[in-house]
Amino acid sequence: MKKNNAKAWLYLLPAILFLGAFMVYPLIDVLIYSFEEGFNFASQSFVGVGTDNYSYVLQDPYFLQALKNTFILVIITVPLSTGLSLLISAGLASIRKLRELFQTVYFLPYVTNTLAVGLVFMILFKQTPYSDGLANLVLGVFGIEPVDFIGGPYWAKMLVMCIYTVWVVMPFKILILTGALASVDRSYYQAAQVDGTPKWRVFTKITLPMISPTVFYLIITGFIGAFKAYSDAVALFGTDLNAAGMNTIVGYIYDMLYGNAGGYPSYASAAAIILFAIVLTITCINLLVSKKHVHY
Amino acid sequence: MSYQKTEQASRRRSIVSKTVIYLLLAVWAIIVLFPFYWMLLTSVKSYSAYNAEWIPQFFTLSPTLENYIEAFTAVPLADYFVNTLIFTVVTTALMLVVTILAAFAFARLDFKGKNLVFTLFLALMMIPTELVVITNYVTVTELDLRNTFTGLILPSVTSVFYIYLLKENFAQIPDELYYAAKVDGTTDMRYLLKVMVPICRPTIITVTILKVIECWNSYVWPRLVTDNSAYFLVSNGIQEIRESGFGRENIPAMMAAVVAISVPLIVLFLCFRKKIMAGVARGGMKG
Amino acid sequence: MKVTLQNLTKVFPARGKKQQKDVIAVNDFTFEIADGTLIGLLGPSGCGKSTTLHLLSGLQKPTSGKIFFGEDDVTDLPAENRGVGLVFQNYALYPHLTVKQNITFPLENRKGKDKLTKEQMSEMANEVARLVQIDGLLDRKPAELSGGQQQRVAIARALVKQPRILLLDEPLSNLDARLRLQTREEIRRIQRSTGVTTIFVTHDQEEAMSISDLIVVMKDGVVQQIGAPQEVYDDPTNLFVATFLGTPPINVFDGYVQQGKLYIGTEAVLETAGVPDGEVTAAIRPEGFVPCAEGRLTCRLERVEVMGRDISVVSAHDSAKAVSIRSIVGAEHLSAVSGAQVRFDLKPNKVHLFDKQTGARIRF
Repeated sequence: MKKNNAKAWLYLLPAILFLGAFMVYPLIDVLIYSFEEGFNFASQSFVGVGTDNYSYVLQDPYFLQALKNTFILVIITVPLSTGLSLLISAGLASIRKLRELFQTVYFLPYVTNTLAVGLVFMILFKQTPYSDGLANLVLGVFGIEPVDFIGGPYWAKMLVMCIYTVWVVMPFKILILTGALASVDRSYYQAAQVDGTPKWRVFTKITLPMISPTVFYLIITGFIGAFKAYSDAVALFGTDLNAAGMNTIVGYIYDMLYGNAGGYPSYASAAAIILFAIVLTITCINLLVSKKHVHY
Repeated sequence: MSYQKTEQASRRRSIVSKTVIYLLLAVWAIIVLFPFYWMLLTSVKSYSAYNAEWIPQFFTLSPTLENYIEAFTAVPLADYFVNTLIFTVVTTALMLVVTILAAFAFARLDFKGKNLVFTLFLALMMIPTELVVITNYVTVTELDLRNTFTGLILPSVTSVFYIYLLKENFAQIPDELYYAAKVDGTTDMRYLLKVMVPICRPTIITVTILKVIECWNSYVWPRLVTDNSAYFLVSNGIQEIRESGFGRENIPAMMAAVVAISVPLIVLFLCFRKKIMAGVARGGMKG
Repeated sequence: MKVTLQNLTKVFPARGKKQQKDVIAVNDFTFEIADGTLIGLLGPSGCGKSTTLHLLSGLQKPTSGKIFFGEDDVTDLPAENRGVGLVFQNYALYPHLTVKQNITFPLENRKGKDKLTKEQMSEMANEVARLVQIDGLLDRKPAELSGGQQQRVAIARALVKQPRILLLDEPLSNLDARLRLQTREEIRRIQRSTGVTTIFVTHDQEEAMSISDLIVVMKDGVVQQIGAPQEVYDDPTNLFVATFLGTPPINVFDGYVQQGKLYIGTEAVLETAGVPDGEVTAAIRPEGFVPCAEGRLTCRLERVEVMGRDISVVSAHDSAKAVSIRSIVGAEHLSAVSGAQVRFDLKPNKVHLFDKQTGARIRF
């Protein structure tokens, strides 16, 4: 078949224009920005080239706080949400009645606005002068002193942040795991049943190894997603995350770019590249680990 | 007899485990649904009744719609809706055109460097938006496009993943159809629009719905490039309402606004439940 | 272990719009299987043979009727407590475990006083591996094995727990023709040396006939005939069994009986003393035809296929239900077959008569 070069490029042109302008060029640019020292946004000029931006960012207490927050968030929510979704998907896979209803309900958070539902969580957990809020009411039943989860101690804020993050990421994980569980051939389970295998052993020795590629996929995407946490924090604690002490790495990047402390694209770029490096490293480690543990 | 015993024991075990499973699933369903219930409930409580509740009430006997009226009058919520609608429709439409054309080129046409370009496209899928948002922000600011729909829309159009998804789907259409059309003198464009697009309609609908969800919920980019509330989208509107809306902490009105902006997507989801879930399962990621 | 089925019935209730009627997958199956026999459940797809197997394994519960292993009523006993070995059609080998781990998997499930040490399990696995001749493959993963080897591993896994009965679901269907022959001998040998009562399911009559002690022919959930393979072949109880067994298939004709003679077309082809007058269906095994110059059944000759020891004569007759009649005759008859017509005499024991309406056998 003859090659229709010109025509093909014509079809590709819009995509290339958009991607070139808003993805490829920015990618190169962000690297350049991150090494331009003393960049002035108004005059678009800079005084030198070097790693100053990186050392500034790495010494900025706000960045270190954001880094800490993000890491805590990742370390708590990724295992928790993966484990919980495994449990729920396994439960879903073992029932027939009401299954579709449950699946539909579980997926709802995926299609809702993170900001909007975040406000509801804030209200549930917030302590105000005229009410302790629902969360404290429930805790009060167990004799626990009321805490302001939104404006109070660090651990309380982190707790709400983790709860909300898990709530938001669960639909995707449940959906993917339910699909993976359904694709495991039934005869494996029948073989195990005939051999009198206890349920728990079936789960750990058969089901889990069979869906291990999917579980690792979810862990990897879970890490990436959690490292990019931002809008959930905004929903719960407002736009001034530094003041709340609840900033995330992505939040720091945007704050450097825009907002009260904004106007420093160089710092933002350096922080973005640090984030990218962290995510890349973690993903590589994940892939190496999964190579060892995923069996086929 | 021992057989009878084992049989009874196993039946009892299975009843217990079924009960535990249903209990677990029901608990999670409640956790998922409760915030929705709470926002709906709060949105129909009157301002004074809500603020008089030291202990939050789980239902109300005197529902009111005044908060909805408040939400749409005290804050330009309707304008935010219109803005979001314009943003969503235009972005999705542009995305479809760009994506369909590119997917067609990759799937159907043969040209020099095709594999190289496609590999580059795939590599772009790995790039996180956070990395490119900085320059895009600078670009849009320099071009004086802040607080315009152009500035809002253009950087939001591209979706490498959708090109990939559609290309895979297009590639499944047998070559014979294309040759038959060629023999009949059909142009490429006509073939694309009259044959490929209709055949791949399910995938195109999936892609469209996913993009609509993405647009409706987008927050970061609109927040960066708009500071004039005339161009706010619903997400920004919600945030604005939270920080300074209604002049006081009118939580019922805030919840009314939250309900109003959540309803369109939930309705969309309930209508296209199967399609959306299948589409997301094929690799959709939030954000 | 003796296995007894008593009025075993399984009904799948009607579900939704698509399936309006209840499906009776197994209908009133009563049978006693003697200890140590190899039984082939045979029938076309949907005849209820797989359901019977699942009922025996305990994966499904019968709607009514009872199952006994020896003297024990196991009808309501769940699969895990029945002590059956089950080999699946697709083998269901765990892909992430090695052959040895696959084989020891059932043993690791034992608890309490039945718990085995690692050494005991290893010893048992090695022993059964030797029995099915896969002792050299123990450290491989299933994906690295051929179909035949996977089949043996599956059998080893089913046998290692010393099951009371062994069940095989279409054990040969995933193998190519050459392996199939080899594997069916293998199954026979393993069954002989372990003496375990074995029941297998197949749709391939040759497979069932070649290795079974007894075959059970099923259709639409109803048992048609039970007997030794040769016996069922030689003496089918109805037209379905006659046509289902045998390759090439039996040749079926419309005929009628008048004054103790069977007529096909206008020719009286066989003496059938004692059969009342009337229309019948006559079925003749391919080896029941003897070509001879004065033969009583005249057919149009189409072609002769030489197969070495035998020859296959393909002919046609207006009263035949199929387009062509295939008969197998000794090569010495080759000279008798030529021209446009061929005439046969029929061997009486290879001709079966059936009621035209019910398909029931009419003996003579």
